[in-house]
Amino acid sequence: MDLIANHITHRFGDLAVLDDVSFTLSAGEVVAIVGPSGCGKSTLLSILGGLLQPTSGAPELRGAPPADSLNPLTFVFQDFALLPWATVEENVEFPLLHTQLSAAQRRAQVEDALRRTGLTDFRKTYPKQLSGGMRQRVGISRALAVKPAILLMDEPLSALDSQTRELLMEDFVRLLADGGMGAVYVTHNLEEAARLADRIVVLSRRPGRIREVVTVPMTRAARGEAAAREKLLALQNQIWSLIRNEAIDAEREVQHA
Amino acid sequence: MLDRAATKDETTRRVRFRGAGFVPASSRFGGWIALGLVIAIWQAAGSAGLVNPLFLPAPSAIMRAIYQLAISGALWEHVSASLLRIGVGWLLGTVAGVAVGFAIGLSRLARSVGITFISALFPIPKIALLPLLILWLGIGEEPKIATIALGVFFSTAISVYSGVDAVPRNLIRMAQSFNVPFATIVRKVIWPGALPAILAGFRITASVALLLVVSAEMIGAQYGIGAFVLQAGNLMQTDQLLAGVVILSVFGLAVGKVIGWLETRLLHWR
Repeated sequence: MDLIANHITHRFGDLAVLDDVSFTLSAGEVVAIVGPSGCGKSTLLSILGGLLQPTSGAPELRGAPPADSLNPLTFVFQDFALLPWATVEENVEFPLLHTQLSAAQRRAQVEDALRRTGLTDFRKTYPKQLSGGMRQRVGISRALAVKPAILLMDEPLSALDSQTRELLMEDFVRLLADGGMGAVYVTHNLEEAARLADRIVVLSRRPGRIREVVTVPMTRAARGEAAAREKLLALQNQIWSLIRNEAIDAEREVQHA
Repeated sequence: MLDRAATKDETTRRVRFRGAGFVPASSRFGGWIALGLVIAIWQAAGSAGLVNPLFLPAPSAIMRAIYQLAISGALWEHVSASLLRIGVGWLLGTVAGVAVGFAIGLSRLARSVGITFISALFPIPKIALLPLLILWLGIGEEPKIATIALGVFFSTAISVYSGVDAVPRNLIRMAQSFNVPFATIVRKVIWPGALPAILAGFRITASVALLLVVSAEMIGAQYGIGAFVLQAGNLMQTDQLLAGVVILSVFGLAVGKVIGWLETRLLHWR
Protein backbone atom coordinates (compact mmCIF):
# COMPACT_ATOMS: atom_id res chain seq x y z
CA MET A 1 0.00 0.00 0.00
CA ASP A 2 1.36 3.43 -1.01
CA LEU A 3 0.65 6.68 0.81
CA ILE A 4 0.45 9.77 -1.36
CA ALA A 5 0.63 13.38 -0.23
CA ASN A 6 -1.32 14.99 -3.03
CA HIS A 7 -0.73 18.78 -3.26
CA ILE A 8 -1.31 19.32 0.45
CA THR A 9 -1.70 22.93 1.53
CA HIS A 10 -2.70 23.96 5.01
CA ARG A 11 -3.39 27.20 6.85
CA PHE A 12 -4.19 27.87 10.50
CA GLY A 13 -6.30 31.00 10.07
CA ASP A 14 -4.04 33.56 8.41
CA LEU A 15 -0.93 31.49 9.02
CA ALA A 16 0.17 29.48 5.99
CA VAL A 17 1.79 26.28 7.30
CA LEU A 18 2.15 23.99 4.29
CA ASP A 19 2.23 24.86 0.64
CA ASP A 20 1.56 22.31 -2.06
CA VAL A 21 3.43 19.35 -0.58
CA SER A 22 3.41 16.24 -2.73
CA PHE A 23 5.31 12.99 -2.44
CA THR A 24 4.65 9.27 -2.50
CA LEU A 25 5.64 6.71 0.10
CA SER A 26 5.88 3.30 -1.57
CA ALA A 27 5.05 0.09 0.28
CA GLY A 28 7.75 -0.79 2.78
CA GLU A 29 9.63 2.47 2.21
CA VAL A 30 10.79 4.77 5.01
CA VAL A 31 10.62 8.49 4.29
CA ALA A 32 11.96 11.01 6.78
CA ILE A 33 10.65 14.55 6.83
CA VAL A 34 13.07 17.19 8.06
CA GLY A 35 13.05 20.95 8.05
CA PRO A 36 13.45 24.02 10.25
CA SER A 37 11.34 24.44 13.39
CA GLY A 38 7.75 25.36 12.61
CA CYS A 39 7.91 24.29 8.97
CA GLY A 40 4.83 22.10 9.35
CA LYS A 41 6.40 18.64 9.68
CA SER A 42 4.04 17.47 12.42
CA THR A 43 1.08 19.16 10.75
CA LEU A 44 1.87 17.26 7.56
CA LEU A 45 2.00 13.99 9.49
CA SER A 46 -1.36 14.70 11.15
CA ILE A 47 -2.84 15.37 7.72
CA LEU A 48 -1.32 12.20 6.25
CA GLY A 49 -2.77 10.16 9.13
CA GLY A 50 -6.25 11.68 8.84
CA LEU A 51 -6.16 13.58 12.12
CA LEU A 52 -6.26 16.99 10.47
CA GLN A 53 -8.26 18.19 7.48
CA PRO A 54 -5.97 20.02 5.02
CA THR A 55 -7.03 23.36 3.58
CA SER A 56 -6.53 21.91 0.11
CA GLY A 57 -5.09 18.76 -1.37
CA ALA A 58 -5.49 15.37 0.27
CA PRO A 59 -3.66 12.35 1.59
CA GLU A 60 -4.44 9.30 -0.54
CA LEU A 61 -3.84 5.57 -0.38
CA ARG A 62 -3.02 3.37 -3.35
CA GLY A 63 -3.35 -0.37 -3.22
CA ALA A 64 -4.83 -2.64 -0.58
CA PRO A 65 -3.39 -2.83 2.93
CA PRO A 66 -2.17 -6.21 4.20
CA ALA A 67 -5.14 -8.46 4.92
CA ASP A 68 -4.36 -8.76 8.62
CA SER A 69 -3.78 -5.05 9.19
CA LEU A 70 -6.28 -3.61 11.68
CA ASN A 71 -5.12 -0.01 11.28
CA PRO A 72 -3.00 0.51 8.16
CA LEU A 73 -1.90 4.04 9.11
CA THR A 74 -0.71 3.98 12.71
CA PHE A 75 0.86 6.77 14.72
CA VAL A 76 3.76 6.64 17.15
CA PHE A 77 3.53 9.84 19.15
CA GLN A 78 6.26 12.10 20.44
CA ASP A 79 4.67 12.24 23.92
CA PHE A 80 3.82 8.50 23.84
CA ALA A 81 0.06 9.17 24.41
CA LEU A 82 -0.32 6.30 26.87
CA LEU A 83 -3.39 5.91 29.06
CA PRO A 84 -1.97 6.54 32.55
CA TRP A 85 -4.72 4.50 34.24
CA ALA A 86 -4.01 1.42 32.14
CA THR A 87 -1.19 -1.09 32.52
CA VAL A 88 1.30 -1.71 29.72
CA GLU A 89 -0.75 -4.70 28.60
CA GLU A 90 -4.03 -2.75 28.67
CA ASN A 91 -2.45 0.10 26.72
CA VAL A 92 -1.27 -2.28 24.02
CA GLU A 93 -4.66 -3.99 23.92
CA PHE A 94 -6.59 -0.69 23.81
CA PRO A 95 -6.70 -0.30 19.99
CA LEU A 96 -7.84 -3.91 19.65
CA LEU A 97 -10.84 -3.68 21.97
CA HIS A 98 -13.27 -2.44 19.31
CA THR A 99 -12.09 -4.84 16.60
CA GLN A 100 -13.66 -8.14 15.63
CA LEU A 101 -10.84 -10.11 17.26
CA SER A 102 -11.79 -12.66 19.91
CA ALA A 103 -10.31 -12.30 23.39
CA ALA A 104 -7.84 -15.12 22.60
CA GLN A 105 -6.76 -13.46 19.36
CA ARG A 106 -6.35 -10.14 21.14
CA ARG A 107 -4.23 -11.77 23.80
CA ALA A 108 -2.05 -13.38 21.14
CA GLN A 109 -1.49 -10.08 19.30
CA VAL A 110 -0.73 -8.24 22.52
CA GLU A 111 1.67 -10.99 23.53
CA ASP A 112 3.45 -10.82 20.17
CA ALA A 113 3.72 -7.01 20.28
CA LEU A 114 5.05 -7.08 23.85
CA ARG A 115 7.60 -9.71 22.92
CA ARG A 116 8.83 -7.77 19.90
CA THR A 117 9.45 -4.70 22.02
CA GLY A 118 10.91 -6.50 25.03
CA LEU A 119 8.03 -5.58 27.32
CA THR A 120 6.80 -9.02 28.29
CA ASP A 121 8.05 -8.66 31.86
CA PHE A 122 6.44 -5.22 32.23
CA ARG A 123 2.90 -6.13 31.22
CA LYS A 124 1.37 -5.27 34.60
CA THR A 125 3.33 -2.04 35.05
CA TYR A 126 1.72 1.40 34.86
CA PRO A 127 3.22 4.08 32.58
CA LYS A 128 4.26 6.31 35.48
CA GLN A 129 6.50 3.48 36.71
CA LEU A 130 8.41 3.35 33.42
CA SER A 131 11.28 5.40 32.06
CA GLY A 132 10.73 7.56 28.97
CA GLY A 133 12.34 4.98 26.72
CA MET A 134 10.17 2.18 28.06
CA ARG A 135 7.06 4.33 27.66
CA GLN A 136 7.91 4.88 24.03
CA ARG A 137 8.41 1.14 23.68
CA VAL A 138 4.82 0.75 24.91
CA GLY A 139 3.75 3.25 22.23
CA ILE A 140 5.59 1.21 19.60
CA SER A 141 4.18 -2.03 20.96
CA ARG A 142 0.65 -0.61 20.77
CA ALA A 143 1.33 0.40 17.17
CA LEU A 144 2.64 -3.05 16.28
CA ALA A 145 -0.38 -4.75 17.86
CA VAL A 146 -2.64 -3.48 15.06
CA LYS A 147 -0.23 -4.73 12.37
CA PRO A 148 0.17 -1.42 10.53
CA ALA A 149 1.18 -1.06 6.91
CA ILE A 150 2.69 2.36 7.54
CA LEU A 151 3.95 3.85 10.79
CA LEU A 152 3.53 7.59 11.16
CA MET A 153 6.20 8.60 13.63
CA ASP A 154 6.16 12.12 15.01
CA GLU A 155 9.59 12.81 16.50
CA PRO A 156 9.32 9.59 18.51
CA LEU A 157 12.76 9.99 20.11
CA SER A 158 12.86 13.72 20.78
CA ALA A 159 11.62 13.44 24.39
CA LEU A 160 14.32 10.92 25.28
CA ASP A 161 17.92 11.10 26.42
CA SER A 162 20.66 10.29 23.94
CA GLN A 163 21.42 6.77 25.18
CA THR A 164 17.75 5.79 25.10
CA ARG A 165 17.45 7.35 21.64
CA GLU A 166 20.28 5.17 20.42
CA LEU A 167 18.70 2.03 21.83
CA LEU A 168 15.30 2.80 20.35
CA MET A 169 16.82 3.71 17.01
CA GLU A 170 18.31 0.21 16.93
CA ASP A 171 14.79 -1.12 17.60
CA PHE A 172 13.35 0.93 14.73
CA VAL A 173 16.04 -0.28 12.35
CA ARG A 174 15.28 -3.86 13.35
CA LEU A 175 11.48 -3.48 13.11
CA LEU A 176 11.64 -1.85 9.69
CA ALA A 177 14.41 -4.10 8.35
CA ASP A 178 12.28 -6.64 6.49
CA GLY A 179 10.33 -4.05 4.47
CA GLY A 180 7.01 -5.36 5.79
CA MET A 181 6.13 -1.93 7.15
CA GLY A 182 6.71 1.50 5.71
CA ALA A 183 7.13 4.64 7.76
CA VAL A 184 6.94 8.38 7.60
CA TYR A 185 9.44 9.60 10.17
CA VAL A 186 9.21 13.25 11.20
CA THR A 187 12.34 14.47 12.92
CA HIS A 188 14.57 17.46 13.40
CA ASN A 189 17.50 15.13 13.99
CA LEU A 190 19.39 14.64 10.72
CA GLU A 191 21.36 11.69 12.08
CA GLU A 192 18.15 9.80 12.79
CA ALA A 193 16.85 10.65 9.32
CA ALA A 194 20.03 9.47 7.63
CA ARG A 195 20.13 6.30 9.70
CA LEU A 196 16.57 5.16 9.11
CA ALA A 197 15.15 6.64 5.91
CA ASP A 198 15.31 5.49 2.32
CA ARG A 199 14.51 9.05 1.23
CA ILE A 200 14.59 12.32 3.11
CA VAL A 201 12.06 15.02 2.27
CA VAL A 202 13.54 18.41 3.14
CA LEU A 203 10.93 21.07 3.84
CA SER A 204 11.52 24.79 3.60
CA ARG A 205 10.73 27.30 6.32
CA ARG A 206 7.05 28.12 6.89
CA PRO A 207 5.02 27.73 4.82
CA GLY A 208 6.63 24.33 4.33
CA ARG A 209 7.35 23.46 0.73
CA ILE A 210 9.41 20.53 -0.50
CA ARG A 211 12.90 21.89 -1.06
CA GLU A 212 14.54 18.69 -1.98
CA VAL A 213 14.08 14.95 -1.75
CA VAL A 214 17.39 13.26 -0.93
CA THR A 215 17.82 9.55 -1.54
CA VAL A 216 20.06 7.79 0.98
CA PRO A 217 22.50 5.89 -1.27
CA MET A 218 22.81 2.68 0.73
CA THR A 219 20.65 0.03 2.31
CA ARG A 220 19.68 0.36 5.95
CA ALA A 221 21.60 -2.79 6.76
CA ALA A 222 24.80 -1.29 5.32
CA ARG A 223 24.50 1.86 7.42
CA GLY A 224 25.63 0.11 10.58
CA GLU A 225 29.04 -0.60 9.04
CA ALA A 226 32.01 1.61 9.87
CA ALA A 227 32.66 2.42 6.19
CA ALA A 228 29.20 3.93 5.87
CA ARG A 229 29.69 6.50 8.63
CA GLU A 230 31.55 9.02 6.50
CA LYS A 231 28.98 8.81 3.73
CA LEU A 232 26.14 9.30 6.18
CA LEU A 233 27.93 12.23 7.77
CA ALA A 234 28.40 13.81 4.36
CA LEU A 235 24.72 13.30 3.68
CA GLN A 236 23.79 14.97 6.97
CA ASN A 237 26.05 17.89 6.12
CA GLN A 238 24.43 18.17 2.72
CA ILE A 239 20.96 18.33 4.26
CA TRP A 240 22.11 20.69 7.00
CA SER A 241 23.50 23.06 4.37
CA LEU A 242 20.05 23.06 2.79
CA ILE A 243 18.24 24.08 5.94
CA ARG A 244 20.85 25.88 8.05
CA ASN A 245 20.05 29.46 7.06
CA GLU A 246 16.33 28.86 7.29
CA ALA A 247 16.75 27.15 10.67
CA ILE A 248 18.52 30.28 11.95
CA ASP A 249 15.74 32.49 10.58
CA ALA A 250 13.09 30.19 12.08
CA GLU A 251 14.77 30.26 15.47
CA ARG A 252 14.89 34.07 15.43
CA GLU A 253 11.26 34.17 14.40
CA VAL A 254 10.28 31.94 17.31
CA GLN A 255 12.28 34.12 19.71
CA HIS A 256 10.51 37.24 18.48
CA ALA A 257 7.09 35.67 18.61
CA MET B 1 44.04 19.76 41.25
CA LEU B 2 40.42 18.75 41.18
CA ASP B 3 40.36 15.57 43.17
CA ARG B 4 41.99 16.27 46.50
CA ALA B 5 40.42 17.15 49.84
CA ALA B 6 41.47 20.28 51.70
CA THR B 7 44.57 19.90 53.87
CA LYS B 8 44.60 20.74 57.57
CA ASP B 9 46.38 24.02 56.94
CA GLU B 10 43.85 25.37 54.48
CA THR B 11 40.94 27.48 55.73
CA THR B 12 37.66 26.27 54.32
CA ARG B 13 34.03 27.30 54.70
CA ARG B 14 31.18 24.89 54.43
CA VAL B 15 28.59 25.78 51.77
CA ARG B 16 25.48 26.87 53.65
CA PHE B 17 22.48 24.54 53.16
CA ARG B 18 19.65 26.55 51.58
CA GLY B 19 17.27 23.84 50.49
CA ALA B 20 15.17 23.43 53.64
CA GLY B 21 11.41 23.94 53.93
CA PHE B 22 8.53 24.07 51.44
CA VAL B 23 7.98 20.32 51.78
CA PRO B 24 5.33 20.12 54.51
CA ALA B 25 4.72 16.54 55.59
CA SER B 26 1.84 15.85 57.95
CA SER B 27 2.54 13.74 60.99
CA ARG B 28 0.30 10.70 61.34
CA PHE B 29 -0.85 11.39 64.89
CA GLY B 30 -0.19 15.13 65.14
CA GLY B 31 -3.72 16.15 64.22
CA TRP B 32 -5.35 13.68 66.63
CA ILE B 33 -3.05 14.74 69.46
CA ALA B 34 -3.93 18.41 68.84
CA LEU B 35 -7.65 17.59 68.75
CA GLY B 36 -7.34 15.57 71.96
CA LEU B 37 -5.53 18.46 73.63
CA VAL B 38 -8.22 20.97 72.66
CA ILE B 39 -10.97 18.65 73.97
CA ALA B 40 -9.03 18.04 77.21
CA ILE B 41 -8.57 21.78 77.81
CA TRP B 42 -12.23 22.37 76.99
CA GLN B 43 -13.30 19.62 79.41
CA ALA B 44 -10.98 20.91 82.14
CA ALA B 45 -12.34 24.44 81.72
CA GLY B 46 -15.91 23.13 81.94
CA SER B 47 -15.22 20.92 84.99
CA ALA B 48 -13.48 23.79 86.78
CA GLY B 49 -16.53 26.00 86.24
CA LEU B 50 -14.58 28.48 84.11
CA VAL B 51 -17.16 28.31 81.31
CA ASN B 52 -20.93 28.69 81.74
CA PRO B 53 -22.40 25.34 80.52
CA LEU B 54 -25.41 27.17 79.13
CA PHE B 55 -23.16 28.81 76.54
CA LEU B 56 -20.55 26.07 76.09
CA PRO B 57 -21.25 22.70 77.69
CA ALA B 58 -18.28 20.43 78.39
CA PRO B 59 -17.48 17.62 75.93
CA SER B 60 -18.66 15.05 78.52
CA ALA B 61 -22.08 16.75 78.64
CA ILE B 62 -22.29 16.66 74.83
CA MET B 63 -21.38 12.96 74.79
CA ARG B 64 -24.02 12.32 77.47
CA ALA B 65 -26.60 14.13 75.34
CA ILE B 66 -25.66 12.00 72.30
CA TYR B 67 -25.93 8.84 74.43
CA GLN B 68 -29.37 9.83 75.72
CA LEU B 69 -30.53 10.66 72.20
CA ALA B 70 -29.29 7.28 71.03
CA ILE B 71 -31.03 5.23 73.74
CA SER B 72 -34.28 7.18 73.37
CA GLY B 73 -34.32 6.44 69.61
CA ALA B 74 -34.53 10.14 68.75
CA LEU B 75 -31.01 10.13 67.30
CA TRP B 76 -31.86 7.54 64.66
CA GLU B 77 -35.16 9.30 63.89
CA HIS B 78 -33.38 12.58 63.11
CA VAL B 79 -30.31 11.06 61.46
CA SER B 80 -32.33 8.74 59.22
CA ALA B 81 -34.57 11.61 58.07
CA SER B 82 -31.50 13.70 57.15
CA LEU B 83 -29.71 10.76 55.54
CA LEU B 84 -32.70 9.96 53.36
CA ARG B 85 -32.96 13.56 52.14
CA ILE B 86 -29.22 13.83 51.52
CA GLY B 87 -29.01 10.41 49.85
CA VAL B 88 -31.89 10.92 47.43
CA GLY B 89 -31.09 14.59 46.74
CA TRP B 90 -27.38 13.93 46.21
CA LEU B 91 -28.07 10.97 43.94
CA LEU B 92 -30.57 12.86 41.77
CA GLY B 93 -28.32 15.92 41.54
CA THR B 94 -25.25 13.83 40.79
CA VAL B 95 -26.86 11.73 38.06
CA ALA B 96 -28.26 14.83 36.34
CA GLY B 97 -25.02 16.78 36.88
CA VAL B 98 -22.84 14.02 35.43
CA ALA B 99 -25.12 13.67 32.38
CA VAL B 100 -25.27 17.42 31.73
CA GLY B 101 -21.55 17.86 32.50
CA PHE B 102 -20.62 15.20 29.95
CA ALA B 103 -23.00 16.70 27.38
CA ILE B 104 -21.39 20.13 27.87
CA GLY B 105 -17.93 18.60 27.70
CA LEU B 106 -18.63 16.70 24.49
CA SER B 107 -21.20 18.63 22.47
CA ARG B 108 -20.87 22.10 21.02
CA LEU B 109 -24.64 22.75 21.20
CA ALA B 110 -24.91 21.55 24.80
CA ARG B 111 -21.89 23.68 25.72
CA SER B 112 -23.32 26.84 24.18
CA VAL B 113 -26.68 26.41 25.88
CA GLY B 114 -25.56 24.69 29.10
CA ILE B 115 -22.78 27.05 30.14
CA THR B 116 -25.06 30.07 29.73
CA PHE B 117 -27.72 28.54 31.98
CA ILE B 118 -25.24 27.26 34.52
CA SER B 119 -23.45 30.61 34.72
CA ALA B 120 -26.78 32.35 35.32
CA LEU B 121 -28.21 29.88 37.85
CA PHE B 122 -25.16 28.58 39.72
CA PRO B 123 -24.59 31.70 41.86
CA ILE B 124 -28.17 31.65 43.24
CA PRO B 125 -28.15 30.32 46.84
CA LYS B 126 -30.30 27.25 46.36
CA ILE B 127 -31.88 27.56 49.78
CA ALA B 128 -33.53 30.75 48.50
CA LEU B 129 -35.49 28.57 46.11
CA LEU B 130 -36.98 26.42 48.89
CA PRO B 131 -40.13 28.56 49.35
CA LEU B 132 -40.73 28.41 45.60
CA LEU B 133 -40.15 24.66 45.59
CA ILE B 134 -42.60 24.28 48.49
CA LEU B 135 -45.19 26.15 46.39
CA TRP B 136 -44.50 23.85 43.45
CA LEU B 137 -44.04 20.53 45.21
CA GLY B 138 -45.96 20.86 48.48
CA ILE B 139 -44.73 20.73 52.07
CA GLY B 140 -43.49 17.12 52.14
CA GLU B 141 -40.01 15.76 51.50
CA GLU B 142 -39.95 16.75 47.84
CA PRO B 143 -38.96 20.44 48.15
CA LYS B 144 -36.13 19.63 50.58
CA ILE B 145 -34.81 16.87 48.33
CA ALA B 146 -35.18 19.11 45.26
CA THR B 147 -33.20 21.90 46.99
CA ILE B 148 -30.35 19.49 47.73
CA ALA B 149 -30.51 18.03 44.22
CA LEU B 150 -30.30 21.51 42.68
CA GLY B 151 -27.33 22.47 44.81
CA VAL B 152 -25.54 19.24 43.97
CA PHE B 153 -26.46 19.38 40.28
CA PHE B 154 -24.71 22.66 39.46
CA SER B 155 -21.46 21.87 41.27
CA THR B 156 -21.39 18.38 39.75
CA ALA B 157 -22.06 19.63 36.22
CA ILE B 158 -19.27 22.19 36.52
CA SER B 159 -16.73 19.73 37.92
CA VAL B 160 -17.65 17.13 35.28
CA TYR B 161 -17.30 19.39 32.27
CA SER B 162 -14.10 20.88 33.71
CA GLY B 163 -12.84 17.31 34.12
CA VAL B 164 -13.78 16.42 30.54
CA ASP B 165 -12.03 19.57 29.30
CA ALA B 166 -8.93 18.60 31.25
CA VAL B 167 -8.57 15.18 29.59
CA PRO B 168 -5.38 15.48 27.51
CA ARG B 169 -6.35 15.97 23.87
CA ASN B 170 -3.41 13.83 22.76
CA LEU B 171 -5.09 10.78 24.33
CA ILE B 172 -8.29 11.46 22.40
CA ARG B 173 -6.34 11.96 19.16
CA MET B 174 -4.46 8.73 19.86
CA ALA B 175 -7.75 6.85 20.23
CA GLN B 176 -9.10 8.44 17.05
CA SER B 177 -5.94 7.46 15.19
CA PHE B 178 -6.83 3.83 15.97
CA ASN B 179 -10.43 4.36 14.74
CA VAL B 180 -11.76 3.76 18.25
CA PRO B 181 -15.53 4.51 18.22
CA PHE B 182 -16.91 7.58 20.01
CA ALA B 183 -18.64 5.60 22.77
CA THR B 184 -15.45 3.67 23.55
CA ILE B 185 -13.43 6.89 23.65
CA VAL B 186 -15.93 8.31 26.15
CA ARG B 187 -15.89 5.14 28.24
CA LYS B 188 -12.20 4.26 28.11
CA VAL B 189 -10.47 7.64 27.73
CA ILE B 190 -12.68 10.54 28.77
CA TRP B 191 -14.43 8.95 31.77
CA PRO B 192 -11.23 7.76 33.52
CA GLY B 193 -9.45 10.96 32.51
CA ALA B 194 -12.18 13.11 34.03
CA LEU B 195 -12.60 10.94 37.13
CA PRO B 196 -10.13 12.84 39.35
CA ALA B 197 -12.09 16.07 38.79
CA ILE B 198 -15.40 14.26 39.23
CA LEU B 199 -14.36 12.77 42.58
CA ALA B 200 -13.00 16.14 43.69
CA GLY B 201 -16.43 17.50 42.77
CA PHE B 202 -18.07 14.82 44.94
CA ARG B 203 -16.21 16.18 47.96
CA ILE B 204 -17.68 19.60 47.30
CA THR B 205 -21.19 18.34 46.57
CA ALA B 206 -21.22 16.24 49.75
CA SER B 207 -20.58 19.43 51.74
CA VAL B 208 -23.19 21.30 49.70
CA ALA B 209 -25.73 18.56 50.40
CA LEU B 210 -25.00 18.65 54.12
CA LEU B 211 -25.30 22.43 54.22
CA LEU B 212 -28.56 22.41 52.30
CA VAL B 213 -30.18 19.60 54.29
CA VAL B 214 -29.53 21.44 57.55
CA SER B 215 -30.77 24.74 56.11
CA ALA B 216 -33.88 23.15 54.61
CA GLU B 217 -34.67 21.26 57.82
CA MET B 218 -34.29 24.44 59.84
CA ILE B 219 -36.82 26.16 57.59
CA GLY B 220 -39.46 23.50 57.38
CA ALA B 221 -39.08 20.06 58.97
CA GLN B 222 -40.15 18.23 62.08
CA TYR B 223 -37.38 15.62 61.94
CA GLY B 224 -33.79 15.82 60.80
CA ILE B 225 -30.54 17.04 62.32
CA GLY B 226 -31.21 20.63 61.18
CA ALA B 227 -34.65 20.66 62.82
CA PHE B 228 -33.23 19.08 65.95
CA VAL B 229 -30.43 21.66 66.24
CA LEU B 230 -32.92 24.51 65.75
CA GLN B 231 -35.34 23.13 68.38
CA ALA B 232 -32.49 22.62 70.85
CA GLY B 233 -31.33 26.19 70.28
CA ASN B 234 -34.84 27.56 70.81
CA LEU B 235 -35.06 25.68 74.13
CA MET B 236 -31.53 26.76 75.18
CA GLN B 237 -30.50 23.07 75.32
CA THR B 238 -26.96 23.78 74.23
CA ASP B 239 -25.68 20.28 75.05
CA GLN B 240 -28.31 18.86 72.65
CA LEU B 241 -27.53 21.58 70.11
CA LEU B 242 -23.84 20.73 70.15
CA ALA B 243 -24.68 17.03 70.05
CA GLY B 244 -26.38 17.76 66.71
CA VAL B 245 -23.32 19.70 65.54
CA VAL B 246 -21.02 16.81 66.50
CA ILE B 247 -23.22 14.38 64.60
CA LEU B 248 -23.01 16.64 61.53
CA SER B 249 -19.24 16.78 61.89
CA VAL B 250 -19.01 12.99 62.14
CA PHE B 251 -21.23 12.70 59.11
CA GLY B 252 -18.99 15.07 57.13
CA LEU B 253 -15.91 13.11 58.20
CA ALA B 254 -17.53 9.82 57.19
CA VAL B 255 -18.40 11.13 53.74
CA GLY B 256 -14.84 12.43 53.34
CA LYS B 257 -13.51 8.99 54.27
CA VAL B 258 -15.78 7.26 51.76
CA ILE B 259 -14.66 9.60 48.97
CA GLY B 260 -11.03 9.16 50.04
CA TRP B 261 -11.52 5.39 49.83
CA LEU B 262 -13.07 5.76 46.37
CA GLU B 263 -10.11 7.89 45.24
CA THR B 264 -7.66 5.28 46.51
CA ARG B 265 -9.53 2.53 44.71
CA LEU B 266 -10.26 4.30 41.44
CA LEU B 267 -7.27 6.62 41.08
CA HIS B 268 -4.51 4.26 42.19
CA TRP B 269 -2.72 4.91 38.93
CA ARG B 270 -1.90 8.52 39.84
